[in-house]
Amino acid sequence: MAQHDDGVTDGSPVDDHTAAGSSLEKAMPHDSGIAVLTDDLMENPGFPPHRPRQTDLDPKKDKRAEKQVTFLFYLSIVGSIFAVAAYVAFPIVPGDMESVRTNNLLLGLGIALGMLGIGLGAVHWAKQLMSDIELVEERHGTRGTDATRAKAVEIFALGNKESGFTRRGLIRNSLIGALVLTPIPAVVLFRDLAPAADPIPLLQHTVWKKGTRLTRDPSGTPIKASDVTIGSAFHVIPEGLNELDDKLEEKAKAAVLLMRLKPEDLHVTAGRETWNYDGIVAYSKICTHVGCPVALYEQQTHHLLCPCHQSQFDITHEAAVIFGPANRPLPQLPITIDSEGYLVARSDFHEPVGPSFWERQF
Amino acid sequence: MGASVLTTATRSPAAPVEESRGSRFTGWAANYVDERTSISGLVKELGRKIFPDHWSFMLGEVALYSFVVILLSGTFLTFFFQASMTSVIYDGSYAPLKGIEMSNAMQSTLDISFDIRGGLLMRQIHHWAALLFIASIGLHMLRIYFTGAFRKPREINWVVGFILFILAMAEGFTGYSLPDDLLSGNGLRIIDGLIKGIPIVGTWISYLLFGSQFPGTDIVPRLFTLHILLLPAILVAALGIHLVLLVINKHTQFAGPGKTNNNVVGVPIMPTFAAKAGGFFFIIFGVIALIASLFTINPIWTYGPYDPSPVSAGTQPDWYIGFADGALRLVPPHLEWLWGPYTFSLNIFLPVVVLGLFIVVVMFYPFLEAWVTGDKREHHIADRPRNAPTRTAIGAAGVTFYAVLWGAASSDLIATHFLISIEGVITTLQILLIVGPIIAYFVTKRICIGLMKKDREIALHGYESGRIVRLPGGEYIEVHEQLDPYERWRLISFEDYQPLMVRPNAKGEITVAQRVRAGLSNWFFEDRIAPVSRTELAAAHGDAHGALEGDAGAHGAIGH
Repeated sequence: MAQHDDGVTDGSPVDDHTAAGSSLEKAMPHDSGIAVLTDDLMENPGFPPHRPRQTDLDPKKDKRAEKQVTFLFYLSIVGSIFAVAAYVAFPIVPGDMESVRTNNLLLGLGIALGMLGIGLGAVHWAKQLMSDIELVEERHGTRGTDATRAKAVEIFALGNKESGFTRRGLIRNSLIGALVLTPIPAVVLFRDLAPAADPIPLLQHTVWKKGTRLTRDPSGTPIKASDVTIGSAFHVIPEGLNELDDKLEEKAKAAVLLMRLKPEDLHVTAGRETWNYDGIVAYSKICTHVGCPVALYEQQTHHLLCPCHQSQFDITHEAAVIFGPANRPLPQLPITIDSEGYLVARSDFHEPVGPSFWERQF
Repeated sequence: MGASVLTTATRSPAAPVEESRGSRFTGWAANYVDERTSISGLVKELGRKIFPDHWSFMLGEVALYSFVVILLSGTFLTFFFQASMTSVIYDGSYAPLKGIEMSNAMQSTLDISFDIRGGLLMRQIHHWAALLFIASIGLHMLRIYFTGAFRKPREINWVVGFILFILAMAEGFTGYSLPDDLLSGNGLRIIDGLIKGIPIVGTWISYLLFGSQFPGTDIVPRLFTLHILLLPAILVAALGIHLVLLVINKHTQFAGPGKTNNNVVGVPIMPTFAAKAGGFFFIIFGVIALIASLFTINPIWTYGPYDPSPVSAGTQPDWYIGFADGALRLVPPHLEWLWGPYTFSLNIFLPVVVLGLFIVVVMFYPFLEAWVTGDKREHHIADRPRNAPTRTAIGAAGVTFYAVLWGAASSDLIATHFLISIEGVITTLQILLIVGPIIAYFVTKRICIGLMKKDREIALHGYESGRIVRLPGGEYIEVHEQLDPYERWRLISFEDYQPLMVRPNAKGEITVAQRVRAGLSNWFFEDRIAPVSRTELAAAHGDAHGALEGDAGAHGAIGH
């Protein structure tokens, strides 16, 4: 390790430059590829003279820096004590959000001061008072020396010879075969991460069935057709959903948006004439892209917008995709009214709701 | 130094000078430890190891220290957090949510925030530190890339570092999902949809991951195990390899006077680097604590518990996942087909594939460049980005690609804030995703080459001094001052490469691989500026000995 404090050094890096990247290469000749190696390069001028700091030149400055560092460390002590004091003095009063904020603020400031005092002090110490004379360390090629490598090769050869790893091919191959198979039970073990039942039927059906009332989300109160004025939209869940054990799983499939348009605005395809009730239509709220709730209804244009990835669906055209990454229209829930005038489902959705999956069959 | 204390300690009975009690104890303790661990060897080997100094070398340190802060604050949180999706009725101190049904995970997160002193602070320290962790890793990677510090012998460490980056994002996502709030629940819903879109295996992977239909009651405890056990274990192991390789390879340094490919110039670990780096850890911790005490992050109480039906407008993930969310938004429409009885959702699979390819290319870039240059030497001098124009331009193209995807994750907010149509924003970003990187590539390359030309000009002819001199003939000229040799060295010490020539191999054939390689090499190096040679400098000065031997200050050449 050479030490330099002016342009002239014992490590003579000036000479080193011509050797830059070459003393290594001499030891282990390497392909320089397409690098242009020429003798006409400039020479490394060596280290510039060391410039002393104020603290090196002026004992007063040195003393002052020392005091500053000590002050910072004391400040850290103050910060840590303050943090403990704040913890005790500013407890959280249940229900009082202001006390949470005060506790968070003062405790945090105390800890920050405790940390910053040490950190700034240590860095200041290093920069002002510790030696700033740069040292030089020689690099050595990363690869082992030829002797070391020869020894390593010899050890492997010996290991091979003594075990017969290459010679006894039968043993080796059967070992490899055994090793390949051992992780398989570990993979199989993960089958019971989910229940035995096939997931596909679960994805194909929801809790909607013939006669299920449409109710408000989240209260669960039923909706009369007369409550749905033109231009309004309701977030809907099936009746009885809130009492289910797997409420969230069913809701993730069964959530519906209900809107009323002027019947003449609806473009109804053949076979779906009875699916709306006097301009009231119900569509799955789960986006056919990756399953976000399509929660934004634009009353004027009758467009539904998914806030996650901006797919847009046109309700006047049976929720056809008019923009964005989704490909399929939102599935429509066929609805009608029961004897009391409440909106009910005619059946379940006629196709799986939500994001596409491999076995979906459209 | 430990070693000197040690020797005095072993012969302290005979030592003529009386030592203080403190130093006797230190000596005894050092001796005790060394006789059982031979740690003196380690101190001798590493104690005065040299670390080069440059501000950009701190970026990796920031990542390391913020990870320590994450471990400390995270441990505190595990003492209170309950990773369970069992349904409870909230009865804590946050009044607006009282009586609301939520999961145990959500309730315990609220309790940490509102009922445990310092709990909110630790949550915020944990979250802010995580953001700083990922941000600093990203910047650290950019520094490594643009200075070519990934070249031999550091290619493997680049890959290890890249794995750390992926792990950090995985840690971020798993941690973000734990409180089981509305926002993170929607994030999981997107992940579920994304997984279901994977051909053949997607449905089953989703089913197994969530333990039932989405959302189920298993995902939070499972993510918790990944978040606090499996991922950190892998992360710590990879971090260990990363640091060991750093020590073995020694740090790179920028070109400078006295610095060569064969030395390391800087400060020793004991004491200066240790004080700076150790102090820096406390500064990082302090700054994170300061931010956490002043600024709220992830206020789950305003989102409420997860419910599959509501969603708030302007939904977006934590920023480091933004590029993936953006990719989902920028997919062109109608990319979904029925293949026999099966649905192939390219609109979901395409982003997965494109991002996967992007990651693979970045990860293996060092090997790609090494193949093109054919350079098998070790490189310990970090390049100035301008001196490797093609690499820098590729990097700029990559950054642009990432940035467009990232910006796309906020497409709706861009539209609402600037009062433009969402369709317009998306279409523009779709075009930018393709065109942006190409423009960035050419612009960056030209800027780099321009800067190199400028450097060359200054190295050869000096800089404009602003001093106008009238010659006897009446002509006015500006005097150019020469650089001193130290400053000049920074401008001219870089390596020069020529495009590869296609040559037949031993069999007299030119292989396809050889042609591809030559093509790539040509692309890399056809536009290049050679470093200033001795002859050129001598010619420029009209002085056969060159400036180096003379005193540079007095060497005011007259400009042309």
